[in-house]
Amino acid sequence: MVAPRRSFRPLSEIAVHAPADAGHDDGHGGGHGHYSSLGLSNNKLGMWLFLGSECLLFGGLISTYMLYRGRVAKGPSPDQVYDIPFTSVSSFVLLMSSLTMVMAVTAAKRRDDRNTQLWLTVTALLGATFVGGQVYEFTSFYHEGMGFTTSLFTSSFYTLTGFHGVHVTVGIMMLLALRNIMSKSRIPGDKAEVVELIGLYWHFVDIIWIIIFTLVYLIPA
Amino acid sequence: MSTATEVHDHGDHAADHDDHGHAEHVDHPDSYYVKIAAVLAGITAAEVTLSYMHIGKAFLPILLTLMAIKFVMVVLFFMHLRFDSKWFNMAFWSGLILAILVYLAAITTFKFWGK
Repeated sequence: MVAPRRSFRPLSEIAVHAPADAGHDDGHGGGHGHYSSLGLSNNKLGMWLFLGSECLLFGGLISTYMLYRGRVAKGPSPDQVYDIPFTSVSSFVLLMSSLTMVMAVTAAKRRDDRNTQLWLTVTALLGATFVGGQVYEFTSFYHEGMGFTTSLFTSSFYTLTGFHGVHVTVGIMMLLALRNIMSKSRIPGDKAEVVELIGLYWHFVDIIWIIIFTLVYLIPA
Repeated sequence: MSTATEVHDHGDHAADHDDHGHAEHVDHPDSYYVKIAAVLAGITAAEVTLSYMHIGKAFLPILLTLMAIKFVMVVLFFMHLRFDSKWFNMAFWSGLILAILVYLAAITTFKFWGK
């Protein structure tokens, strides 16, 4: 008895059709993004999965800090070094950069390239101000005798806030690169989606700081 | 700057889109986001003020609640997750909830059984 042969369609013949309105691609550069079988943008799904996994990374760093913040064998303790008014201003700046980022996204959806580039630049500048503040804070902490290996508290503090600072810096580079590419009209595919993806990353960096600001700076050890 | 709120109609396909967990495409005017940012700034100011006040045991729960409100507001409104596909919601919230559970378990392990 010969088993009936199953026929397979080559992958190249299987098309995954995106819904007509998916990806907000209404002539926005004429590109067509790639969509999953759910009709979702693969890029956006990938970004959300990436952000979900980043929660685990920062969760690990935050909980390590929470465990070690009271372990100060030598050097200053958190209460002695934190400058709450200064960090509050930094936090406000980063929070406002989320507003300018969302302005860039809405401008991109309106196909207003000029305002998109403007808001991207403002967001990058606010981000740079935040990073500058962090560099100043690290420098002053170091001068107060708080080195990376001084205590478990200092190691976990610098690792957590340093990782966040690196994320902000990467975000600034992405914003400036996007602004540059936009000014040369070299974005392939859906322009608004590209801005939105970088916006998602930027907002994520902001929500992580919301947690760090409260747990690290405002709650005394 | 846009001044009007536009809701793009999905027409006859709306039901299908909902079945697949698709986005509800809502474009808000810029003033909508400015109001949300103002609320976020107000909450931040309240947090900082609270940290200088001595309100006893209520301090920690109030501060954590304010932090959670800010977090959720940015995710839902600035990141548009409130209006986006349920699959994106699942991708993000599952990662976040997993992180919270794993690290709460780790911290309690150190605090209660680590001594």
